[in-house]
Formats: sequence, C-alpha cells, structure tokens
Amino acid sequence: MGFALEAAVHARRFDVALSMDDGETLAVLGANGAGKSTLLALAAGLLRADSGSAELDGRNLFGPRSFLPPHRRGVCLLPQEPLLFPHLSVLDNVAFAPRSAGESRAASRASALQWLAEVEASELADKRPGQLSGGQAHRVAVARALAARPSLLLLDEPLAAIDAAAAPGLRRMLRRVLAGRSAVIVTHDLLDALILADTVMVLQEGRVAEAGSTQSVLERPRSSFAAGLAGLNFVPGTSVPLGLVDAAGRRLEAVSETPLPAGVPAAAVFSPRAVSVFPAAPAGSPRNVLRVAVTDLEPHGEFVTVRAGHLSAEISTSAAAELDLVPGSEVWFTVKATAVTLFPL
Amino acid sequence: MTGTAPLAAPDRVRGPRAGFSGLPLWLFVVAALGALFILLPLAAIVVRVDWTRFPELVTSESSIAALKLSLTTSAAATTLCILAGTPMALVLARSAFPGQQVLRALVLLPLVLPPVVGGIALLYTFGRQGLLGGTLSTLGVDIAFSTTAVVLAQTFVALPFLVLSLEGALRSAGGRYEAVAATLGASPTTVLRRVTIPLVLPGLLSGAVLSFARALGEFGATLTFAGSLQGVTRTLPLEIYLQRETDPDAAVALSLVLVAVAVLVVALAHRSSGSAVR
Repeated sequence: MGFALEAAVHARRFDVALSMDDGETLAVLGANGAGKSTLLALAAGLLRADSGSAELDGRNLFGPRSFLPPHRRGVCLLPQEPLLFPHLSVLDNVAFAPRSAGESRAASRASALQWLAEVEASELADKRPGQLSGGQAHRVAVARALAARPSLLLLDEPLAAIDAAAAPGLRRMLRRVLAGRSAVIVTHDLLDALILADTVMVLQEGRVAEAGSTQSVLERPRSSFAAGLAGLNFVPGTSVPLGLVDAAGRRLEAVSETPLPAGVPAAAVFSPRAVSVFPAAPAGSPRNVLRVAVTDLEPHGEFVTVRAGHLSAEISTSAAAELDLVPGSEVWFTVKATAVTLFPL
Repeated sequence: MTGTAPLAAPDRVRGPRAGFSGLPLWLFVVAALGALFILLPLAAIVVRVDWTRFPELVTSESSIAALKLSLTTSAAATTLCILAGTPMALVLARSAFPGQQVLRALVLLPLVLPPVVGGIALLYTFGRQGLLGGTLSTLGVDIAFSTTAVVLAQTFVALPFLVLSLEGALRSAGGRYEAVAATLGASPTTVLRRVTIPLVLPGLLSGAVLSFARALGEFGATLTFAGSLQGVTRTLPLEIYLQRETDPDAAVALSLVLVAVAVLVVALAHRSSGSAVR
C-alpha cells in the first residue's frame, strides 16, 4: 500500500523515484525548474513519462504499456491558484467531484457542506468564486479536493499565493486535514515542510538530491538547497583530517559526529550566526578564516545578513555600519571550528 | 501549472484607458477618415430612403417572404455551425496532431474564398452531377436549388467565423480548469459539459452571432448553388439585388432593414464578447 513512482521525462531531464507509505505526507522541496511540477503532473496523469511506472494503493497508475487517465486515478491536484470554476457557486464547486462520481444533486451538496465545514468555510457556500478573498478561495479549493476523497492529494505550493496574514490559519487547517492522509506537497517554504510533512525530498535538476525524515534533512542537510532553506551555510568539498578542503582549495576545520576518513566527499555546515565579519585578516586567530567579497546585504530588524556568494553571515546592524559594508567590499568571514559540522556526502 | 497565460487579456475588460495615449495627432485624422469611409455609405442609404413608401416597400409579399427565408435559413445555418464548429474548434485548440496547422488554414479558407467559388464548389459536391450528387439522387435527395442548398451555402461561408472565435476563447481560457476537473474525477465528457463549454460560452455566443450575421449577408454562394426562387431560395440579399433592377426604392428600403439587423447583431456580439472576460 502507499504510493510509489519512478519515472523519467527526457525532455525535462527528469528522473526521479520515490515511495511513500499510506497516510504519509511528503514535502518536495527544490528551486524553480528542479522538477517539482513535473513530478505532480506525472502523478496526476497530466503528463506522460518516457519510461517508468507508478502504483497507488496496489493499483497501477502507469507503466511501460499502461496509462490510467487522470479521472480514474484517485489522485487529486490542488494547484497553486485555487482555480475555482467561476460559473459555479462555492457549494457547487465543492459538490463537483461527488456529482462527477455519480451522486445525486442533493447528496453531493450535502457532502459539499460537510467538507466546507471541515475547512471552516460553511458561511461561503452561497457565494460566487469571484466574491472570495485569496485565503477563502484557497479553503474552498481544499474542500473541493477533499470532497473527491482522493487516495493521494497533490498540493502545488499551497501557501505561496496567500498573504502573510492568512497563511498561519490556512497552514493550521492544512495540518489538520492532511493528518493521516497520503499527500505530496510541493513547496519553497521550510515552514510548510516542517509543519505539514512527515518526510522531505529535495529535487535538484530533475534528480532526487536527498530524501529522509523532515527533521534529519533539516538538521543535517546534504544539498545546498536544503541548507539554504534552513538558512545554513553549506560548503561541499573533500575531507581532510579535522576538516575539509573545498573546490577553491580553502581549508575549513570542523567537527564531525562520526570520524571521517580523509579524501571522501564531505560537506561543512554552519549557521550564519556563528560567523564573525572582519575588515582585515585577524592575526593569530584559531578560527576558520575565509576571504570573501560581499555580494548583498539584507537587513532584517536588528540584524543584517551579509551574503558573499553561497556564504552568509548574520551580524548586528551597528556592527555592519561600523564595518561600512557595501556590495563589493572585501572582508574576512571567521567561524570557530566547533561551530562547523562536517557531514559525509 | 505555473506560468500559464492569464484567463483573459485584462486590457479588453477595462476598455479604453484614460490619460497619455502616446499617439501623434495626425493619426487621429487618418483614423477619422477611415471611420468616415465606413459610416458615410450607411448614412447615404438612410438619406436615400423614401420614408413615405418605406412601410409599404418592406412589407410587400416578396419582401416579407425574403426576410422570413433569410431569418430561418440563417438560424438553421447558425445551428449547423455550432454543431459542426464547436468540435472543430475544440480539436484545433486543445489537441496536437501532425498537419494541424494545414487543417486550420483549410478550415478558414471560406473566409478568403470568393463566395461564388464556394457556390461552385458546393454545386460540384451536392449538385446533380456532383461528387455526392449521384448518390444523393438515387436516395431521392436533391439538394441543389432548394432551401437546403441555401442553408448549406450559408453554413459553408459562416463556419470559419464560429471556429475562429471559439478557438480564440478556448486558447485564452487555457486548459487549467479542465486539468483540475479531471483530477477531481470528472470524465472527459463531464469536463466538456460542466467546465469547458460553460467557461467559453460567451465566446461561443459571439461566434454564433457572427456566423448568423455572415449567413444573413450571404449572396454569391447562395445564388450559384441555390438560385433565386421566391420563397424557396431567394433570401433578402438576393431580393435586394433583384429589386435594384426594377424598383430602386424598394432595394434601398430593404438594404436599410439589413443594416439595422447587422447593427443589432454587432451590438449583441460585442456585448457577449465583453462579458467573456471577467
């Protein structure tokens, strides 16, 4: 039981395999163009794979010589925009799936009312989609999808188009309705993955960069995308005793949970908060010292994130002012060896 | 699912924009001349109408017969256009197959073909000596020079208008609602009936209105394929052409009737295409 898919789409350089247990919620993370939408389209039957197969609860969705059309899959897609049918009332939108499954008008409307209550949107039943706010339309879209009683629910960036004020309420609602439900959530947002998902998969250029339980991926990110999501610095390289050497030949001292043999691929991960910024090379420092050029400054509150390529440091606004930082400034990032964690790749 | 075209061009909803237009002044003069070129001949008809005889002229037996025939055949042709054109527009807009571009060009051919040529083509298809004429004849069906021929001629020239405007509406609507409907468990037929057609209904209506207008004005193909028999194949444009020889006043009066119908049709089409975008 559960959902398993392995498929390749050559034109999109997509080649991914995944499997989920029944009732599990998987968050798919990745940059734009990493293949997240392709994955959803393959599962929903809106795109044909060049090769591969998929199974849902023991039923074959597609294979080398078979293809189940979208309406027979029991896989429901919840797109980023709610896409409520504009010519139907909210109630009839939610009743669409039961009605399509052959239920009577009265029965489908009765179950639509139940699902509207489930997403706390009962009072919207008689409205037109055009009269709803973004958050309300999204709730209705969730109700419409749940009313189809899908075996697998696909959510494409469920909260990306929602304004910040409405997002927490919607996230709570999603968490409640997704509990115990098989679902795949495509997201950019770390918070969505943490709150909504049991497991995480990171896609990079059409391949699975890493997968595992949400906590393990976020605590020990292996891909630069996951590290960037967690706001951590991620430096890939080759292990040496007590640290690693990156592609540019810079040596970073680090601690690792398990001793690493020298000469294997490894990554050093450290928090931007552990980084200090100096205008000149600090003399006789026991720390890791990296000479970098500032590319960007992002103030937020009392802190400033100083970005230098893939690396970032978080320092106080007053310290940044004292350093007189501008994009292009040459500075030295320093970080204690004990603040850097080394992972095998 | 991201990055698809918006449901409709927002410019059309808001209408003319106020403020800076960026157009040179002389352009307005040329545009006004162009508009005049269309409006002046219409005004000429109104001026030329003999208003004292107008009611009598447009209610003569032959006029009424022609107007009735025109309206019924145009309505029938519009129905045929909807029945044949909707599937064609759907196939052209939503599917992809080799030769699709060529097929689209061929379907739109009647738009640019001289109607007389269309009439001759129909004659050599359905006429007694035509491609299908022999077969139809043995079945006891004789199409040429009948009211059916009028409807066929009108359908032939009006079909591209429906296909073109419906295909445009389908393309700007995109297929995203249909994709969602399918994953909600709706079969392709259900999706067509409950999602696609309702979504493009305004486009379908404006296409139908345009087809009706084109059918109403059809002359060349009708005359060639159906002839000019009062009450059977002599539609209003044919009646006007005939009257012009004997009673120019009657021709002008009937022309005004057609102008009025055309204005009504254009207004209807404009309204329904305006509400197509919300």
